[in-house]
Amino acid sequence: MSITVSLHSENQVLFVNLSGELDHHTSGTLRNRLNEVMENSNIRHLVFNLKQLDFMDSSGIGIILGRYNQVKKDNGSVMVLGLRPLVKKTFEMSGLSQIIKIVDDEVEAAEIIRGIA
Amino acid sequence: MTNEINLTFPAKSINEGFARLVIMGFIAPLDPSSQELTEIKTVVSEAVTNAIIHGYESDENGVIDLKASLEGNKLRVTVSDRGRGIENVEEAKQPLFTTKADEERSGLGFMIMESFTDAFEVSSSVSQGTSITFEKVLLCDQSSDEGIAS
Repeated sequence: MSITVSLHSENQVLFVNLSGELDHHTSGTLRNRLNEVMENSNIRHLVFNLKQLDFMDSSGIGIILGRYNQVKKDNGSVMVLGLRPLVKKTFEMSGLSQIIKIVDDEVEAAEIIRGIA
Repeated sequence: MTNEINLTFPAKSINEGFARLVIMGFIAPLDPSSQELTEIKTVVSEAVTNAIIHGYESDENGVIDLKASLEGNKLRVTVSDRGRGIENVEEAKQPLFTTKADEERSGLGFMIMESFTDAFEVSSSVSQGTSITFEKVLLCDQSSDEGIAS
């Protein structure tokens, strides 16, 4: 019942790779890691790779949405990839996919970000 | 198959994962599909998280009751707390409604619970607590000649 967070940043983009389980219990770890990096570097865009995540509930969506609220004032963006079908369904049902773009891979994310920048 | 469990555990966030494991173990003999497993795990996780965050406002002295029963392939689960209760259940069920936006809650818990189950009910009284009950018929029944598993 843990989460592994691996981060790398490139040109104001933070790539977030998650594995394990993302729920309310583990969301604090993720939030702290992200805040640490975002306070110390100039991040405008985040790309969450959820491919290796075994479980995620609405607590995870809350964290992703929270990061969107952080970067939107600088015209930043948040994208997600590797969503399991049910997580994807939740994103679509709730209308979140309108603001958090679902992409196929990091390459597509980088292309979209280049278009915004 | 008929079976039931009653489990009481403290309202600690580490028990969110424990509750998911318990429910997975409980329905394992029915050999559910991975989608059914994920749906049920997610709903239990949402309900237990709600009890911890909203029912007890993260006071770990609270207790949560998890009851589950199986009648044939119909699963019925109740997650209840004896916490502060919900004043307006209908309002709380609205997608994206949250009283804890500052804690980055998405407000999607009830929407997820409703959409991943066959029947879903919330009963709550202020200062008494909240009970969330859901039912789900598992399609992975022994009658596999119906071809559902494909």
